[in-house]
Amino acid sequence: MAGFDKRVASYEEALAGLKDGMTVISGGFGLCGIPENLINEIKRQGIRDLTVVSNNCGVDGFGLGVLLQDRQISKVIASYVGENALFEKQLLSGEIEVELTPQGTLAEKMRAGGAGIPAFFTATGVGTPVADGKETREFKGRTYLMEESITGDFAIVKGWKADHFGNVIYRHTAQNFNPLAATAGRITVVEVEEIVEPGELDPTQIHTPGIYVDRIICGTFEKRIEQLTERN
Amino acid sequence: MALTREQMAQRVAREMQDGFYVNLGIGIPTLVANYIPEGMEVMLQSENGLLGMGAFPRVGEADADMINAGKQTVTARIGASIFSSAESFAMIRGGHIDLTVLGAFEVDVQGNIASWMIPGKLVKGMGGAMDLVAGAENIIVTMTHASKDGESKLLSRCSLPLTGAGCIKRVLTDLAYLEIDNGAFILKERAPGVSVEEIVSKTAGKLIVPEHVPEMQFA
Repeated sequence: MAGFDKRVASYEEALAGLKDGMTVISGGFGLCGIPENLINEIKRQGIRDLTVVSNNCGVDGFGLGVLLQDRQISKVIASYVGENALFEKQLLSGEIEVELTPQGTLAEKMRAGGAGIPAFFTATGVGTPVADGKETREFKGRTYLMEESITGDFAIVKGWKADHFGNVIYRHTAQNFNPLAATAGRITVVEVEEIVEPGELDPTQIHTPGIYVDRIICGTFEKRIEQLTERN
Repeated sequence: MALTREQMAQRVAREMQDGFYVNLGIGIPTLVANYIPEGMEVMLQSENGLLGMGAFPRVGEADADMINAGKQTVTARIGASIFSSAESFAMIRGGHIDLTVLGAFEVDVQGNIASWMIPGKLVKGMGGAMDLVAGAENIIVTMTHASKDGESKLLSRCSLPLTGAGCIKRVLTDLAYLEIDNGAFILKERAPGVSVEEIVSKTAGKLIVPEHVPEMQFA
């Protein structure tokens, strides 16, 4: 690596420094826009006792679901975890802890974490179990809940195209949590479908500016579809 | 006769207005998209980051990178925009969505809604429902009036953990359209052939029955 060239040559190098017990923030919504190769590399390295922050936790045998097989995850912070039989089993047996967080609050926790804001107030969850033990405050006659932001030791992100400066654009709804995760990692690793020549990406169209990105790697992706729905 | 799922969707679609930005939840709310009146333009928001959701893709044209909040493959219509989850929930929380339609297990006379958790059963998560009910001014809940065992889902007080407190003003069930005001359900319309007595018997929370309760009309 030299100057602003953030490309790394291998997935092993992409995740260098990731250790047991760390917090990993992952982009993706369902199986859409997930950093599937980085997840597989975490599995290969056998890193354990991870706290994973992600909207969902994959499915059996794909996405973050692969990290459940060898019990590499000890805690998940997510908004919805319903697509995964192994997850249910580990949750019921107490092998895994889950902190269910409203989807918009989860997104804002990542955004705020990356933006240096330690906490924020939201009306989401007031009067529900989500509010248990949290500080509330009234603004203009309405009650709001204080939610603390999230940062991670690592953020793992799936982009579409990047340049070696780490500027990233996402494709369609595969954007989702990815640009938020990218801001909130102490080390942010982005895997993309294509690394383009410098100058090829239009600066006005960049979703994630390179300042947030530490490592870039180009991969090939299965891009599994969770609910194939077509019209006749 | 109780309304079919399609009739419920049809009835909700009458609450649409030209130029509305609308978020439709999973289940019956999704069907509402099929009954948007001709000549009316609405933009459907999907909370995974799509405003201007189009039809399902043609056979062979599905794109793994193009899904809705139900994780189904979809398309984007002309005029659509795609953005991050934070932007999506800024729209929702910030009150920019004109109409939200979502399902529930229970609602009560205080406008509380329970839709995400049944204690003792596995809890899968609230997804975006808590943000949607906290952020929207205009929400319609669609649900069956009573459980299969005949237990009312329109209560004095929700028995299940809440999704949101004091945020629901309108409910469409398979038997009736009701509004919630001042600590009571107000019966506004009844399903064709369903008697006021049946609705009264299946509503556990305080119910105000006006002198005239019109029957819903379906073409």
